[in-house]
Amino acid sequence: MAEPLLCVEHVRKRFGGLLAIDDVSLAVMPGRITALIGPNGAGKTTLFSIISGFQRPEQGRVRHRGDDITGQQPFALAHRGIARTFQIVQPFAGLTVHENIAVGAHRSRRSRADALQAAADVARAVGLSGQLDRPAASLTVAGRKRLEVARALATEPELLLLDEVLAGLNPTEVDGMLPVIRALPGRGVTVVMIEHVMQAVMSLADDVFVLAEGRIVAQGAPREIVGNPKVIESYLGHGAAARLAGGGGARG
Amino acid sequence: MRAPSLRTIAIVVAVLACVPLLTSSNVVLNFLVAAFLVALVGQGWNVLGGYGGQYSFGHAAFFGTGAYVTAILQARYGINAWIAFALGIAGGALVGAIIGALTFRSGLRGSYFALVTLAFAEVLRILASVAPITGAGVGTLLKLDLRPLAFQFQSRVPFYFIALALVAISLVIVRLIEGSRFGAWLVAVRENEDAAKALGVDPFRVKVGAMTISAAITAAGGGFYTQYYLFIDSGIAYGPWISIEALLAPIVGGVGTVFGPLLGALLVKLLGEATKLVAGDAPGLDLVIYGGVLILIVAFARNGIGGLIANLRAATRRVHG
Repeated sequence: MAEPLLCVEHVRKRFGGLLAIDDVSLAVMPGRITALIGPNGAGKTTLFSIISGFQRPEQGRVRHRGDDITGQQPFALAHRGIARTFQIVQPFAGLTVHENIAVGAHRSRRSRADALQAAADVARAVGLSGQLDRPAASLTVAGRKRLEVARALATEPELLLLDEVLAGLNPTEVDGMLPVIRALPGRGVTVVMIEHVMQAVMSLADDVFVLAEGRIVAQGAPREIVGNPKVIESYLGHGAAARLAGGGGARG
Repeated sequence: MRAPSLRTIAIVVAVLACVPLLTSSNVVLNFLVAAFLVALVGQGWNVLGGYGGQYSFGHAAFFGTGAYVTAILQARYGINAWIAFALGIAGGALVGAIIGALTFRSGLRGSYFALVTLAFAEVLRILASVAPITGAGVGTLLKLDLRPLAFQFQSRVPFYFIALALVAISLVIVRLIEGSRFGAWLVAVRENEDAAKALGVDPFRVKVGAMTISAAITAAGGGFYTQYYLFIDSGIAYGPWISIEALLAPIVGGVGTVFGPLLGALLVKLLGEATKLVAGDAPGLDLVIYGGVLILIVAFARNGIGGLIANLRAATRRVHG
């Protein structure tokens, strides 16, 4: 069995009276796509912020390749090979798409020309080639989500945290985005994705963790997860699994 | 707007270098030297404010430090003027690094950053007005010593070329920043600090670096002022007037552009002269005019006159093309 690329160990985070993350542990295996799902307010984005260094946990550790990286600054983690996208997209609005991606490419490239070249290559991979010279502010929602992925990819990460890159896209746009994500492990990028679009989770993820009320309530392959009563209850309320099982015959 | 090439900078500087060949009028040369001084100080502000998005209201802190270090080292310690000038730039850079480290470490942004930089400049002004080493209220007067080695000249022409050279150097520095990784990081921090962090940019280091370069350029303006007028006091060196000119020139000409501060400085100074012609030398009237110009620019031309020209050119191209 390979060593996990990323380990979250007994992490806890509180915002005032709200326990956002309560004793969460999970392991991400290299070369795979791991999905983190759960209802709104479950603490998924908070967990991402802790992993990527934007927030500090009160307890617990985050390990990358065995090293303790808890509380390290986001830019230091970017240099370690951990990149993230933002659920609420954060483009450099005054810059062009090309310049946006080049900022990521500068992570490992000093020369402007090299960074712009690398940015153009990444843009091609995520389907933004046609929009390189447009201002980032003029992109559609789908375009901005692609830009988030492109910028993060340009830093050449080995671990990429995708925070709802499919949210707000129409079905056609989702279909356009799926191959981009599916191709990432082939480029040597391990992916952890927060996602609400279950169709995408089912078709992309190798491993799934389900977070509800700040705790991991289930984990496993996508197929195992959908039938798990705990998962159904975390979305639909206590007893929902039993009711669904009871009503299943009437529907079919 | 696309960054101008180094060749464009060379052409602009070459054209300006021809002025003393066409006229020996001291009025014209004095006017242009004063405009170049503001362009230089404004270019310093532009590095931090225009490219970094950190609007300082206290660039007098760097101008004054450059001016005082240049003056005091000569007047009190007998150090050569050129060396004193270089040390003045270094001193300004050091003050920039210190104020930058203090303000950015505490996470100050926007109007809070502007207010705190203003406070630093005012504290320095008050200290300079009472400290014996600066000459306190009397100020520091340099001895007349009209030799090139003493950075003093009989005629205005050498000063004109030195001021132009300093402006040229500042244009090239800013152009190089614009085409570098540091420049890309600086603009990224201006546009969105969190996103920049996620992409491997350390905003603190980038901003302190920008403030150091910014302060050094502005301090060069202060040192030049000392040599040109041979007198400074606390009101000139650390007074708010220079902080205002430092931000007015790039905002009028176009923030975050290579030529913005030079264009803005020429326009603002021209406007100042025109005001004097019309209204005489009424004290404070130029500040009233500056305030009005600032309001108009911020309301109607967010990218300054440079941005306005670029927009007009794009519009005419659309009409004719």
